[in-house]
Amino acid sequence: MLSDAAFLLTLTYGDPLPEMAAGQFAELLVEGSNKVMLRRPISIHKVDIQQNTVEFMIQIVGEGTRTLSQLKPGDKVNTLLPLGNGFSYKDKAFKAPLLVGGGVGIAPLLHLGQELNAMGIKPTFLFGGRSSKHILRPEEYELQGRLFVTTEDASMGEKGFVTDHTLLGKEQFDIIFACGPTPMLKSVARFAEAKGIECQVSLEHKMACGIGACLCCVEDTNDGNVCVCKEGPVFDIKRLKWLH
Amino acid sequence: MASLITNIGQLELQNPVMTASGTFGYGTEYQDFVDLKKLGAIIVKGTTLNPRQGNPYPRMAETPSGMLNAVGLQNKGAQYFIDNIYSTVRNIGCTAIVNVSGSCVEDYVKAAEMIDALEDIPAIELNISCPNVKQGGMAFGVKADSAAQVVEAVRKAYHKTLIVKLSPNVTDSTEIARAAEASGADSVSLINTMLGMAIDAERRKPILSTITGGLSGPAVKPVALRMVWQVAKAVKIPVIGMGGISNATDAIEFMLAGASAIEIGTANFIDPSISGKVVDGINDYLDRHGFSSVKDIIGALDI
Ligand SMILES: Cc1cc2nc3c(=O)[nH]c(=O)nc-3n(C[C@H](O)[C@H](O)[C@H](O)COP(=O)(O)OP(=O)(O)OC[C@H]3O[C@@H](n4cnc5c(N)ncnc54)[C@H](O)[C@@H]3O)c2cc1C
Ligand SMILES: Cc1cc2nc3c(=O)[nH]c(=O)nc-3n(C[C@H](O)[C@H](O)[C@H](O)COP(=O)(O)O)c2cc1C
Ligand code: FES
Repeated sequence: MLSDAAFLLTLTYGDPLPEMAAGQFAELLVEGSNKVMLRRPISIHKVDIQQNTVEFMIQIVGEGTRTLSQLKPGDKVNTLLPLGNGFSYKDKAFKAPLLVGGGVGIAPLLHLGQELNAMGIKPTFLFGGRSSKHILRPEEYELQGRLFVTTEDASMGEKGFVTDHTLLGKEQFDIIFACGPTPMLKSVARFAEAKGIECQVSLEHKMACGIGACLCCVEDTNDGNVCVCKEGPVFDIKRLKWLH
Repeated sequence: MASLITNIGQLELQNPVMTASGTFGYGTEYQDFVDLKKLGAIIVKGTTLNPRQGNPYPRMAETPSGMLNAVGLQNKGAQYFIDNIYSTVRNIGCTAIVNVSGSCVEDYVKAAEMIDALEDIPAIELNISCPNVKQGGMAFGVKADSAAQVVEAVRKAYHKTLIVKLSPNVTDSTEIARAAEASGADSVSLINTMLGMAIDAERRKPILSTITGGLSGPAVKPVALRMVWQVAKAVKIPVIGMGGISNATDAIEFMLAGASAIEIGTANFIDPSISGKVVDGINDYLDRHGFSSVKDIIGALDI
């Protein structure tokens, strides 16, 4: 357990795991609960190529995530991965990326941090949570880059929301990658738009198939309704209808 | 090994396992998980004459042993299908059937005519039972006279195998099935989703943007099985059964109740390779019970 309501799940596989880009996700089958039928989409949190493991950071919000939290070492989890289109960072010119996360939305940003470090870029993390308890695994993120925090009760970092952090007034960033609750993503998007910074956000729509077959998970974009599971979950904010 | 061949009108399928419209995309989405060559047929996403955006998000709610959807027939229209998707679907490795929907008789007819011209699409499934569109859709399928009207009109324009998909949201599905048969349908398939609803009590709001949606998955299976059984007794044309099929045993139950073939829908979301497994499972069952053909179990319920 990472806190009273979040835990880490580490999976391995007989064969080498496929390559997984940051922002891609997995669909985990929840077995042992008669209330949960559909798979649960969970972001790739951390990949260890040497150990051939993939880690998931999961917040318990309902029956599916609670059942997953009760898995024991050695249990098998039927998992589809990697799915979707993650953050777009390869073959892209930027020097000062800002990785903004809220709540468990920080999960994919650790893998993104790993990937950016492998490209020789040190990212800056800016995380928001209700209190210090809700800022999960800060030490892991600090291994990959600088970490700034806001909490609503001022128990860690600055008080307020991520977009209130003084860092944003002091430093220049040339790209923003964000994941978290929609209201947070929207305010990050407004900030990025105002500053003219490229901004990619990862959406967490409810999914049924996770592979673009059922059209249940759509976001209304400039190109009409598109599947978050297949075309996303990461979108450039320019493609979304949030700002205009 | 028993013969798995089954017939739907003039159409011969290599086995009775098909994938249900709206749950299997255009087949390509599942290529990594199942050998499509193994399937009886795939039924592609509901296609309408004109493009449709579908309903706003949220369109899905999970319910006990099932799910509600309110996709609302999102598709890019029949011409887009012909220009951009047909070339892939025709080479998918198994029979491909197009699910055709509309909001007025003329639209159904025009879309059916366009699909009729496609050499490698041997059948259409006429969806007169979608609960997720405001006009048309299910409205046609809940009354015998309007069902007859649309089926008759499409029958005149469409020359290959015509399957009519029936709604469970009716008092007596046998009446609609007989009307479809009398109007020239080669087969009826059932059930489409059952009208349902989900509420978020904390927020005191409906979960779906459309308030109501279509229920599918294991929760509907007993109802679907009963309807297939009743309809199979009421008509002479072959019946295609679906509703909550999650494994080979479920599929066999539908065939024993009178279905000549079956479709798998929601179960594809839980196990994307399930369709292939059901083919193997039916084969095992036939061998185990000493049947030489899958046709031997159609309607073979021992009462
Ligand atoms: C691409 C993607 C990546 C994700 N990555 C992670 C991750 O790394 N870690 C993590 O903990 N969670 C992640 N999620 C969210 C996670 O999938 C849901 O929290 C989970 O499915 C809830 O299942 P449950 O059965 O526990 O809760 P349910 O009983 O299904 O729901 C409980 C409550 O949570 C709400 N809820 C359910 N699903 C979502 C959702 N997708 N978004 C917002 N609210 C929801 C419901 O409305 C309900 O109020 C991700 C979602 C997506 C789409
Ligand atoms: C997400 C979703 C989309 C669907 N879209 C269509 C459709 O476009 N046309 C149609 O005739 N039926 C559609 N259906 C109904 C299914 O084809 C099938 O009739 C129904 O789901 C019952 O089978 P199941 O319980 O195996 O899913 C859809 C079902 C789901 C779950
Ligand atoms: S969840 Fe099925 S299309 Fe995205």
